[in-house]
Amino acid sequence: MTDSLTFHFDVDGENFVSAGQASVQVKKNLRELGFPPEIIRRVSIAMYEGEINMVIHAGGGTADVDVFEDRIVIVLSDHGPGIPDIDLAMQEGYSTATDNVRSLGFGAGMGLPNMKRYTDEMRIDSTVGKGTVITMCILCS
Amino acid sequence: MTVNELTEKYGLSPVIVPEGEREIRGGYCGDLLSWVMGRAQQDNVWITIMSNMNIVAVASLSDVSAVVLAEGVSLEQSVIDTAAAKGVNILASEKGAFELAALIAPDV
Ligand SMILES: Nc1ncnc2c1ncn2[C@@H]1O[C@H](COP(=O)(O)OP(=O)(O)OP(=O)(O)O)[C@@H](O)[C@H]1O
Ligand SMILES: [Mg+2]
Repeated sequence: MTDSLTFHFDVDGENFVSAGQASVQVKKNLRELGFPPEIIRRVSIAMYEGEINMVIHAGGGTADVDVFEDRIVIVLSDHGPGIPDIDLAMQEGYSTATDNVRSLGFGAGMGLPNMKRYTDEMRIDSTVGKGTVITMCILCS
Repeated sequence: MTVNELTEKYGLSPVIVPEGEREIRGGYCGDLLSWVMGRAQQDNVWITIMSNMNIVAVASLSDVSAVVLAEGVSLEQSVIDTAAAKGVNILASEKGAFELAALIAPDV
């Protein structure tokens, strides 16, 4: 096993105007560690989409990022309502966002598809009434 | 073309320009943030009418060169301060997004 660097964040579910702080911090950390800009961009966007989803759909949660030499693993975990139909949620354009959230520019139903597109692996484990865990992996070699 | 050169050439208002020498390559127009994050490319200029705090995070994480606010949209001071801290360039214009894109496209 190679050594990894680990970052942990609590994602506040109350304030979605300032949401995204964990992703911005991870971007900064990866830049300091010298990762290539395109990798940083993919990690940042995938994590931000997931972070925003936890804020607007699940009342917040936690984000854990493991940085290895050859890959970055992001685990987003919440105790929100869960996703009843994951295939449907993964479709471009599908969204249950409220008008309030839409007025901020979210709710296009493109977040989960973006997360899939920008990562090499993505797994969604969700139980209705219990919560959702999303694991994403980006390879860096 | 750099952000400063673009600002000068088209008389755009510099709302906050912490990195004016940044080079612009291509552009993207849009207001739905996940579309922007999915489609905009690094170093693009991003034309939008959205003005809330989230545009700063989206611009920063997508690594666009500058945001151009169309239709005379203005920002709250807290948004400007955050953009300054994150090194996000923001310009503004009274023109609409279509007109701005048509103007800028040949240069970038
Ligand atoms: N963590 C989550 N907990 C519960 N439901 C979720 C979660 N993440 C996503 N969803 C559900 O999946 C749908 C699709 O998510 P997706 O991120 O693709 O779109 P969106 O968040 O609605 O809009 P956008 O991301 O384009 O702003 C959401 O509308 C929501 O119903
Ligand atoms: Mg989303």
